[in-house]
Amino acid sequence: MRESIIMKIHYGTALAAVALVAVHILMRLTQGFAESLEYDSVITNYKFLPYAGMLEIILILLSIHGFNGLRVILLELKQGKTYEKAVSYGCVVAMIALIGYGTRTIIMVNTGMT
Amino acid sequence: MAQTPSLAEESGSTPFSSSQSITLRIARYNPQHDSAKSFMEFQVPYEKWTTVLEAILEVKKHFDHSVAVRYSCRQATCGSCGMIINGKPRLACFTKISELNSNVITVEPMNNFPIIRDLAVKFERLFDTHHKIKPYLIRDDTEITTNTKEFLQSPEELEQYIQFSNCIKCGLCNSACPTMATDSSFVGPQALAQAYRYVADSRDKGKDNRLKIIDDSHGIWRCHFAGSCSQVCPKGVDPAMGIQLLRGYMLGFRS
Repeated sequence: MRESIIMKIHYGTALAAVALVAVHILMRLTQGFAESLEYDSVITNYKFLPYAGMLEIILILLSIHGFNGLRVILLELKQGKTYEKAVSYGCVVAMIALIGYGTRTIIMVNTGMT
Repeated sequence: MAQTPSLAEESGSTPFSSSQSITLRIARYNPQHDSAKSFMEFQVPYEKWTTVLEAILEVKKHFDHSVAVRYSCRQATCGSCGMIINGKPRLACFTKISELNSNVITVEPMNNFPIIRDLAVKFERLFDTHHKIKPYLIRDDTEITTNTKEFLQSPEELEQYIQFSNCIKCGLCNSACPTMATDSSFVGPQALAQAYRYVADSRDKGKDNRLKIIDDSHGIWRCHFAGSCSQVCPKGVDPAMGIQLLRGYMLGFRS
Protein backbone atom coordinates (compact mmCIF):
# COMPACT_ATOMS: atom_id res chain seq x y z
CA MET A 1 0.00 0.00 0.00
CA ARG A 2 1.24 3.49 -0.82
CA GLU A 3 2.44 5.55 2.13
CA SER A 4 0.02 8.40 1.35
CA ILE A 5 -2.97 6.03 1.70
CA ILE A 6 -1.58 4.66 4.97
CA MET A 7 -1.11 8.19 6.30
CA LYS A 8 -4.61 9.24 5.22
CA ILE A 9 -5.93 6.29 7.24
CA HIS A 10 -3.61 7.32 10.10
CA TYR A 11 -4.98 10.89 10.20
CA GLY A 12 -8.57 9.72 9.66
CA THR A 13 -8.47 7.20 12.50
CA ALA A 14 -7.00 9.86 14.82
CA LEU A 15 -9.83 12.33 14.09
CA ALA A 16 -12.53 9.68 14.38
CA ALA A 17 -11.03 8.32 17.60
CA VAL A 18 -10.98 11.79 19.19
CA ALA A 19 -14.71 12.18 18.45
CA LEU A 20 -15.69 8.72 19.69
CA VAL A 21 -13.45 8.80 22.77
CA ALA A 22 -15.10 12.13 23.67
CA VAL A 23 -18.52 10.39 23.53
CA HIS A 24 -17.09 7.50 25.56
CA ILE A 25 -15.77 9.89 28.26
CA LEU A 26 -19.10 11.75 28.37
CA MET A 27 -20.93 8.45 28.90
CA ARG A 28 -18.54 7.48 31.69
CA LEU A 29 -19.34 10.78 33.43
CA THR A 30 -22.93 9.66 33.93
CA GLN A 31 -21.72 7.71 36.98
CA GLY A 32 -18.84 7.88 39.42
CA PHE A 33 -15.39 6.76 38.32
CA ALA A 34 -15.10 3.84 40.77
CA GLU A 35 -18.67 2.77 40.11
CA SER A 36 -17.99 2.88 36.37
CA LEU A 37 -15.21 0.30 36.71
CA GLU A 38 -17.25 -2.17 38.78
CA TYR A 39 -17.63 -5.63 37.25
CA ASP A 40 -21.42 -5.47 36.87
CA SER A 41 -21.26 -1.99 35.37
CA VAL A 42 -18.70 -3.09 32.76
CA ILE A 43 -20.78 -6.17 31.85
CA THR A 44 -23.89 -3.99 31.53
CA ASN A 45 -22.05 -1.66 29.16
CA TYR A 46 -20.89 -4.55 27.00
CA LYS A 47 -24.44 -5.91 26.84
CA PHE A 48 -25.79 -2.56 25.59
CA LEU A 49 -25.02 -3.23 21.92
CA PRO A 50 -24.89 0.36 20.53
CA TYR A 51 -22.32 1.24 23.22
CA ALA A 52 -20.41 -2.03 22.79
CA GLY A 53 -20.36 -1.33 19.03
CA MET A 54 -18.87 2.10 19.67
CA LEU A 55 -16.21 0.57 21.97
CA GLU A 56 -15.40 -1.94 19.23
CA ILE A 57 -15.00 0.88 16.69
CA ILE A 58 -12.75 2.82 19.14
CA LEU A 59 -10.66 -0.32 19.59
CA ILE A 60 -10.27 -0.71 15.81
CA LEU A 61 -9.46 2.99 15.26
CA LEU A 62 -6.90 3.18 18.07
CA SER A 63 -5.29 -0.13 17.10
CA ILE A 64 -4.83 0.98 13.49
CA HIS A 65 -3.56 4.42 14.53
CA GLY A 66 -1.36 3.17 17.34
CA PHE A 67 0.30 0.32 15.51
CA ASN A 68 0.92 2.44 12.43
CA GLY A 69 2.49 5.05 14.71
CA LEU A 70 4.67 2.35 16.23
CA ARG A 71 5.62 1.14 12.72
CA VAL A 72 6.67 4.67 11.74
CA ILE A 73 8.78 5.12 14.90
CA LEU A 74 10.49 1.75 14.37
CA LEU A 75 11.19 2.50 10.69
CA GLU A 76 12.85 5.76 11.66
CA LEU A 77 14.99 4.11 14.31
CA LYS A 78 16.57 1.51 12.06
CA GLN A 79 16.62 0.76 8.35
CA GLY A 80 17.07 -2.37 6.28
CA LYS A 81 14.85 -4.36 3.93
CA THR A 82 14.33 -7.38 6.20
CA TYR A 83 13.92 -5.27 9.31
CA GLU A 84 11.38 -2.98 7.66
CA LYS A 85 9.34 -5.92 6.36
CA ALA A 86 9.39 -7.57 9.79
CA VAL A 87 8.26 -4.33 11.45
CA SER A 88 5.42 -3.77 8.95
CA TYR A 89 4.07 -7.32 9.06
CA GLY A 90 4.67 -7.55 12.83
CA CYS A 91 2.59 -4.42 13.44
CA VAL A 92 -0.26 -5.70 11.24
CA VAL A 93 -0.28 -9.06 13.08
CA ALA A 94 -0.17 -7.36 16.51
CA MET A 95 -2.98 -5.01 15.45
CA ILE A 96 -5.19 -7.91 14.32
CA ALA A 97 -4.40 -9.84 17.51
CA LEU A 98 -5.37 -6.89 19.73
CA ILE A 99 -8.61 -6.25 17.82
CA GLY A 100 -9.37 -9.96 17.94
CA TYR A 101 -8.80 -10.10 21.71
CA GLY A 102 -11.05 -7.08 22.36
CA THR A 103 -13.77 -8.37 20.07
CA ARG A 104 -13.61 -11.76 21.80
CA THR A 105 -14.36 -10.07 25.15
CA ILE A 106 -17.49 -8.35 23.76
CA ILE A 107 -18.68 -11.56 22.08
CA MET A 108 -18.11 -13.61 25.26
CA VAL A 109 -20.16 -11.16 27.35
CA ASN A 110 -23.02 -11.11 24.85
CA THR A 111 -23.13 -14.89 24.44
CA GLY A 112 -23.24 -15.43 28.19
CA MET A 113 -19.79 -16.97 28.45
CA THR A 114 -18.81 -14.89 31.51
CA MET B 1 73.01 27.85 5.19
CA ALA B 2 69.93 29.58 3.86
CA GLN B 3 66.91 29.14 6.09
CA THR B 4 63.60 28.26 4.46
CA PRO B 5 60.93 30.72 5.63
CA SER B 6 58.08 29.20 7.57
CA LEU B 7 54.51 29.67 6.36
CA ALA B 8 54.08 32.58 8.78
CA GLU B 9 57.14 34.37 7.44
CA GLU B 10 56.08 34.30 3.81
CA SER B 11 55.58 37.72 2.33
CA GLY B 12 52.00 38.90 2.16
CA SER B 13 50.81 36.34 4.66
CA THR B 14 50.79 38.41 7.83
CA PRO B 15 47.83 37.85 10.15
CA PHE B 16 45.05 40.43 10.46
CA SER B 17 46.35 43.49 12.31
CA SER B 18 43.66 43.82 14.90
CA SER B 19 43.51 44.39 18.64
CA GLN B 20 40.61 41.96 18.89
CA SER B 21 41.01 38.22 18.83
CA ILE B 22 38.91 35.14 19.41
CA THR B 23 39.62 31.55 20.28
CA LEU B 24 38.79 29.41 17.29
CA ARG B 25 38.13 25.76 18.21
CA ILE B 26 38.36 23.55 15.17
CA ALA B 27 37.12 19.95 15.21
CA ARG B 28 39.81 17.57 13.99
CA TYR B 29 38.90 14.07 12.90
CA ASN B 30 40.32 11.71 10.33
CA PRO B 31 38.11 8.58 10.08
CA GLN B 32 41.10 6.58 8.83
CA HIS B 33 43.22 7.23 11.94
CA ASP B 34 41.16 8.73 14.74
CA SER B 35 38.66 6.97 16.97
CA ALA B 36 37.00 10.19 18.14
CA LYS B 37 36.75 13.86 17.30
CA SER B 38 39.13 16.25 19.07
CA PHE B 39 39.45 20.03 19.08
CA MET B 40 42.42 22.29 18.39
CA GLU B 41 42.39 25.87 19.63
CA PHE B 42 43.87 28.88 17.88
CA GLN B 43 43.96 32.56 18.81
CA VAL B 44 42.85 34.41 15.70
CA PRO B 45 42.74 38.21 15.33
CA TYR B 46 39.66 39.56 13.60
CA GLU B 47 38.06 42.70 12.26
CA LYS B 48 34.39 43.69 12.26
CA TRP B 49 33.96 42.18 8.81
CA THR B 50 35.99 38.97 9.27
CA THR B 51 34.01 35.84 8.47
CA VAL B 52 34.44 32.45 10.13
CA LEU B 53 35.78 31.08 6.83
CA GLU B 54 38.43 33.81 6.74
CA ALA B 55 39.41 32.92 10.31
CA ILE B 56 39.74 29.24 9.35
CA LEU B 57 41.81 30.18 6.30
CA GLU B 58 43.94 32.36 8.60
CA VAL B 59 44.60 29.28 10.74
CA LYS B 60 45.50 27.27 7.64
CA LYS B 61 47.83 30.01 6.47
CA HIS B 62 49.67 30.79 9.69
CA PHE B 63 49.19 27.97 12.19
CA ASP B 64 48.18 24.62 10.71
CA HIS B 65 47.82 24.12 6.99
CA SER B 66 46.49 20.57 7.47
CA VAL B 67 43.00 21.71 8.56
CA ALA B 68 40.58 20.25 6.00
CA VAL B 69 37.81 22.61 4.89
CA ARG B 70 35.77 22.83 1.70
CA TYR B 71 35.12 26.29 0.27
CA SER B 72 34.97 28.07 -3.05
CA CYS B 73 33.07 31.28 -3.79
CA ARG B 74 33.28 32.98 -0.35
CA GLN B 75 29.98 34.76 -1.05
CA ALA B 76 27.22 32.28 -0.08
CA THR B 77 26.65 31.16 -3.65
CA CYS B 78 28.42 27.83 -4.08
CA GLY B 79 27.16 26.18 -0.86
CA SER B 80 30.51 24.52 -0.11
CA CYS B 81 31.44 25.81 3.34
CA GLY B 82 28.52 24.59 5.45
CA MET B 83 29.53 23.63 8.98
CA ILE B 84 28.32 23.73 12.57
CA ILE B 85 29.37 27.09 14.02
CA ASN B 86 28.76 27.47 17.75
CA GLY B 87 26.22 24.63 17.60
CA LYS B 88 24.21 25.86 14.62
CA PRO B 89 24.54 24.84 10.95
CA ARG B 90 25.73 27.91 9.00
CA LEU B 91 27.79 28.87 5.98
CA ALA B 92 31.27 29.85 7.21
CA CYS B 93 31.63 32.48 4.47
CA PHE B 94 28.28 34.05 5.40
CA THR B 95 28.83 34.21 9.16
CA LYS B 96 30.76 37.13 10.57
CA ILE B 97 32.68 36.54 13.79
CA SER B 98 31.36 39.82 15.19
CA GLU B 99 27.73 38.69 14.85
CA LEU B 100 28.30 35.57 16.95
CA ASN B 101 28.87 37.66 20.13
CA SER B 102 31.28 35.14 21.59
CA ASN B 103 34.99 35.08 22.36
CA VAL B 104 35.11 31.37 21.61
CA ILE B 105 33.99 30.05 18.25
CA THR B 106 33.65 26.31 17.77
CA VAL B 107 33.51 24.92 14.26
CA GLU B 108 32.53 21.31 13.59
CA PRO B 109 31.57 19.31 10.50
CA MET B 110 27.88 19.22 9.57
CA ASN B 111 25.71 16.63 11.31
CA ASN B 112 24.04 13.82 9.33
CA PHE B 113 26.88 13.69 6.77
CA PRO B 114 29.80 11.24 6.71
CA ILE B 115 33.05 13.05 7.54
CA ILE B 116 35.88 13.02 5.01
CA ARG B 117 38.25 14.86 7.33
CA ASP B 118 37.96 17.68 9.90
CA LEU B 119 35.31 20.07 8.51
CA ALA B 120 34.87 18.46 5.08
CA VAL B 121 31.91 16.09 4.66
CA LYS B 122 30.66 13.82 1.89
CA PHE B 123 27.78 15.23 -0.17
CA GLU B 124 26.89 12.01 -2.06
CA ARG B 125 23.63 11.35 -0.22
CA LEU B 126 22.51 14.98 -0.64
CA PHE B 127 23.18 14.90 -4.39
CA ASP B 128 21.66 11.41 -4.78
CA THR B 129 18.38 12.41 -3.15
CA HIS B 130 18.37 15.69 -5.07
CA HIS B 131 18.83 13.76 -8.31
CA LYS B 132 16.18 11.21 -7.28
CA ILE B 133 13.34 13.75 -7.31
CA LYS B 134 14.12 14.70 -10.95
CA PRO B 135 15.15 18.34 -10.45
CA TYR B 136 14.27 19.54 -13.95
CA LEU B 137 11.17 20.40 -15.95
CA ILE B 138 9.43 17.30 -17.24
CA ARG B 139 7.31 17.69 -20.37
CA ASP B 140 7.08 16.14 -23.79
CA ASP B 141 7.53 19.30 -25.86
CA THR B 142 10.49 21.63 -25.71
CA GLU B 143 11.03 25.36 -26.23
CA ILE B 144 14.36 24.95 -27.96
CA THR B 145 13.03 23.49 -31.20
CA THR B 146 12.30 25.96 -33.96
CA ASN B 147 8.83 27.43 -34.47
CA THR B 148 7.83 26.85 -30.86
CA LYS B 149 7.02 29.52 -28.30
CA GLU B 150 8.81 29.88 -25.01
CA PHE B 151 6.86 28.58 -22.00
CA LEU B 152 5.16 31.66 -20.63
CA GLN B 153 4.55 32.12 -16.93
CA SER B 154 2.67 34.84 -15.03
CA PRO B 155 4.25 36.60 -12.02
CA GLU B 156 1.69 34.82 -9.81
CA GLU B 157 2.76 31.42 -11.16
CA LEU B 158 6.40 32.34 -10.63
CA GLU B 159 5.63 33.40 -7.06
CA GLN B 160 4.48 29.84 -6.28
CA TYR B 161 8.00 28.43 -6.35
CA ILE B 162 10.59 31.21 -6.82
CA GLN B 163 11.98 31.15 -3.25
CA PHE B 164 12.67 27.41 -3.58
CA SER B 165 14.82 27.98 -6.65
CA ASN B 166 17.28 29.90 -4.42
CA CYS B 167 18.55 26.59 -2.97
CA ILE B 168 22.35 26.33 -3.29
CA LYS B 169 22.52 22.70 -2.10
CA CYS B 170 24.72 23.54 0.86
CA GLY B 171 23.14 20.77 2.97
CA LEU B 172 22.54 22.93 6.06
CA CYS B 173 18.84 21.96 6.12
CA ASN B 174 19.70 18.26 6.01
CA SER B 175 22.27 18.82 8.75
CA ALA B 176 19.65 20.46 11.01
CA CYS B 177 16.92 17.88 10.31
CA PRO B 178 16.19 15.59 13.31
CA THR B 179 14.72 12.85 11.07
CA MET B 180 17.91 12.76 8.99
CA ALA B 181 19.80 11.99 12.22
CA THR B 182 18.08 8.63 12.71
CA ASP B 183 16.62 7.67 9.31
CA SER B 184 19.45 6.97 6.89
CA SER B 185 16.96 6.45 4.03
CA PHE B 186 14.98 9.68 4.54
CA VAL B 187 14.82 11.86 1.42
CA GLY B 188 15.55 15.00 3.45
CA PRO B 189 14.28 18.58 3.43
CA GLN B 190 16.55 19.73 0.61
CA ALA B 191 15.22 17.19 -1.90
CA LEU B 192 11.63 17.59 -0.71
CA ALA B 193 11.81 21.38 -1.08
CA GLN B 194 13.16 20.90 -4.58
CA ALA B 195 10.38 18.43 -5.35
CA TYR B 196 7.91 21.16 -4.42
CA ARG B 197 9.84 23.70 -6.51
CA TYR B 198 9.21 21.63 -9.66
CA VAL B 199 5.72 20.38 -8.75
CA ALA B 200 4.59 23.99 -8.22
CA ASP B 201 6.14 25.17 -11.50
CA SER B 202 3.32 25.75 -14.01
CA ARG B 203 5.62 24.67 -16.87
CA ASP B 204 6.26 21.26 -15.35
CA LYS B 205 4.20 18.20 -16.27
CA GLY B 206 5.92 15.66 -14.05
CA LYS B 207 3.89 16.18 -10.87
CA ASP B 208 2.44 12.65 -10.64
CA ASN B 209 5.81 11.09 -11.37
CA ARG B 210 7.54 13.21 -8.72
CA LEU B 211 4.85 12.73 -6.07
CA LYS B 212 5.12 8.98 -6.56
CA ILE B 213 8.87 9.13 -5.86
CA ILE B 214 8.45 10.91 -2.53
CA ASP B 215 5.39 8.85 -1.50
CA ASP B 216 7.61 6.23 0.12
CA SER B 217 8.01 4.84 3.63
CA HIS B 218 11.12 7.07 3.92
CA GLY B 219 9.68 9.91 1.89
CA ILE B 220 7.69 13.04 2.66
CA TRP B 221 5.60 11.50 5.47
CA ARG B 222 8.61 11.08 7.75
CA CYS B 223 8.95 14.87 8.17
CA HIS B 224 7.90 15.82 11.73
CA PHE B 225 7.71 19.52 10.91
CA ALA B 226 10.41 20.48 13.42
CA GLY B 227 11.10 23.46 11.15
CA SER B 228 14.84 23.54 11.88
CA CYS B 229 15.57 23.24 8.13
CA SER B 230 13.87 26.57 7.47
CA GLN B 231 15.62 28.23 10.41
CA VAL B 232 19.12 27.47 9.16
CA CYS B 233 18.73 28.12 5.43
CA PRO B 234 21.15 30.93 4.46
CA LYS B 235 19.18 31.73 1.30
CA GLY B 236 15.78 32.23 2.90
CA VAL B 237 14.26 29.05 1.49
CA ASP B 238 11.51 27.56 3.67
CA PRO B 239 11.75 23.78 3.11
CA ALA B 240 9.30 23.06 5.97
CA MET B 241 6.62 25.10 4.19
CA GLY B 242 7.43 23.41 0.87
CA ILE B 243 6.97 20.01 2.50
CA GLN B 244 3.60 21.00 3.97
CA LEU B 245 2.47 22.35 0.59
CA LEU B 246 3.58 19.11 -1.06
CA ARG B 247 1.53 17.17 1.49
CA GLY B 248 -1.42 19.29 0.39
CA TYR B 249 -1.02 17.84 -3.11
CA MET B 250 -0.80 14.31 -1.73
CA LEU B 251 -3.83 14.68 0.54
CA GLY B 252 -5.89 16.23 -2.25
CA PHE B 253 -6.10 19.78 -0.86
CA ARG B 254 -4.11 21.17 -3.81
CA SER B 255 -4.09 20.20 -7.47
